[in-house]
Amino acid sequence: MSDSGVASIFLQNLPVMVVAIPLLLAAIVAVVPVPRLAWMLALAGIGGSFLAAILLQSITQSVGRVTYHLGNWEPPWGIEFVVDSATSLTLVVMSGLAFLATLFARGSLLAEINHKDLGKCYAAWLLACGGLFGLVGTGDAFNLFVFLEISALSSVILISMGAGTDRRALSAGFNYLIIGAVGATFYVIGVGFLYAITGTLNIVDLAARISDIGGGAALYAGFGFIIAGIMVKAAIFPVHIWLPAAYGYAPSAVSSLLAAIATKAALYVLARMLFTLFEGVPAITEIALNYVIIPLSLAGIFVGTIMAIYEKDIKILLAQSSVAQIGYISLGFGLASAAGVSASFIHIANHALIKGGLFMAVGSFVAALGSRANMNSFVGIGRRMPITAAAFMVCGLSLAGLPLTAGFISKLYLIRAILSVDAYLIAALVLLSSALSLIYLWKIVEVMWMQPAPAKSPQLVENPAIYLPLWIVALGNIWFGVDASWLVSASRAAAAALIGGGL
Amino acid sequence: MLMQLASIWNYLIVILLMMMGLFIVISHENLVKKLVGLSIFQTSVFLFYITLGRVSGGTAPILTDAPDTVYSNPLPHVLILTAIVVGVATIALGLALILRINEAFGSIEEDEILAAKNQSAAADMMPSKPGADS
Repeated sequence: MSDSGVASIFLQNLPVMVVAIPLLLAAIVAVVPVPRLAWMLALAGIGGSFLAAILLQSITQSVGRVTYHLGNWEPPWGIEFVVDSATSLTLVVMSGLAFLATLFARGSLLAEINHKDLGKCYAAWLLACGGLFGLVGTGDAFNLFVFLEISALSSVILISMGAGTDRRALSAGFNYLIIGAVGATFYVIGVGFLYAITGTLNIVDLAARISDIGGGAALYAGFGFIIAGIMVKAAIFPVHIWLPAAYGYAPSAVSSLLAAIATKAALYVLARMLFTLFEGVPAITEIALNYVIIPLSLAGIFVGTIMAIYEKDIKILLAQSSVAQIGYISLGFGLASAAGVSASFIHIANHALIKGGLFMAVGSFVAALGSRANMNSFVGIGRRMPITAAAFMVCGLSLAGLPLTAGFISKLYLIRAILSVDAYLIAALVLLSSALSLIYLWKIVEVMWMQPAPAKSPQLVENPAIYLPLWIVALGNIWFGVDASWLVSASRAAAAALIGGGL
Repeated sequence: MLMQLASIWNYLIVILLMMMGLFIVISHENLVKKLVGLSIFQTSVFLFYITLGRVSGGTAPILTDAPDTVYSNPLPHVLILTAIVVGVATIALGLALILRINEAFGSIEEDEILAAKNQSAAADMMPSKPGADS
């Protein structure tokens, strides 16, 4: 087949390419015996997804909405992929960060997992990415469940790979498997209720028919099961309990990938369910947002931050802080205003940059130290590994929300959105939690920079293959802090696509 | 009353299985039993969908020439075929993990694994021997 033929197939099938390239390559990568070749294929596959996502984003900016009918079956009978501004922004963020995490993975995984597992690890990596992209792209409620399980099972495999250095990764993986499967099953029960009253599975079609029905016990039961199931996947307090151990004991590259894209996909699905699927029953979504999502988000923000303050293991500390950051994102959705939802999308992108970068930095430390990253092994590491430590600082300051970093933009738009609905108490709580997050960051900074390295500590080598992707993410944190115009306008378009209206 | 119960018999079984499965997942310390509970929980959902597909007086959904034939809905069956495959994959992965957990911790009881994990956590914080775990 000629080059132009391949290119035109790619261009005509963009929405499905984002998902199909990683999934198909996963099958090939699983039997590739050379780890380096497997890594190159994985990088190429996710790069292909990233390219397709960028093209989709530019198309949705002008057209607004792209649909794709799998196998040319007309919806609502066939499975449909629906890509609007919200979908394409999420896909660009996810595939971009997944690409950088893959770039980083080569050096990091070499140091952290058994070498005989390396090749197969990339197959699970591709499956996880393809599953998560599919979760975002699909327009079919049951197909969404299948992608949920593809991504969950492959994530469990990736997390358990951490057993190469720490056996606790195995039980973390098992807990995620059980809790994740219960969450996904809740979702299927909910879809069953909706299918029973509407007889359709296409999300757009379902939304229209739910709007006609308008209420009833079966609809409310379906709503409850679906939202609860997705909340488990998005790790919203109090069903976040799988997350700290899973991210903490997974190989660092896997933590970086999952922290950047896994919960983000679930949060996107949560927004889709609340604002698209159940658009026609505002009474029930309003109750869910005001009495469930907002209080739980605030509780998660504080529980995550306070747990992080008392944590001594750096990776678990970062994972606990992720719980708090997820709280900020779901809080923005809870406001149910265009400003709130766009603030959430800004933070989805920025938090992916922040946590992706922080976990990469920790991965670099772990690769050089050869032991777990905690308050003991971190003593004086700032002077021993200055390049990595500087990138860690940039991402850390971004997490705290210092001006000129991406985190500041997130906080700014979130606070503005909260103030625009006159919720002064919530605004005060968000500011207070930001101040609290400085405590755990300062703890790390003090150990890293203020204390001298122990005598006789061996020379640590900084590997360019590891710190280059890290610095790309760190510079991304600064770039989106200085010039956020692209992200802000894309997030506004995403919010408009989800709930309509401007800022 | 009894007739009413009989007409929703399947749904009662679904609820019973669902509650039993979820209770086993939450309450048991043994990892294999947790997995069995999960399997029962998922099975209840399979039964739920299959029951939804039944149309009273419906025959197997194979096209006949008679114009007034009532067919059962085949779609839930197809969906559940997918869900069964997913369930099998979940259980298989879970069992494989339990094998590895048993090798690494010497136990599949959650409280004993927790005790072993606390030992590892204590070893992590010993400054003298970094990476003493596993």
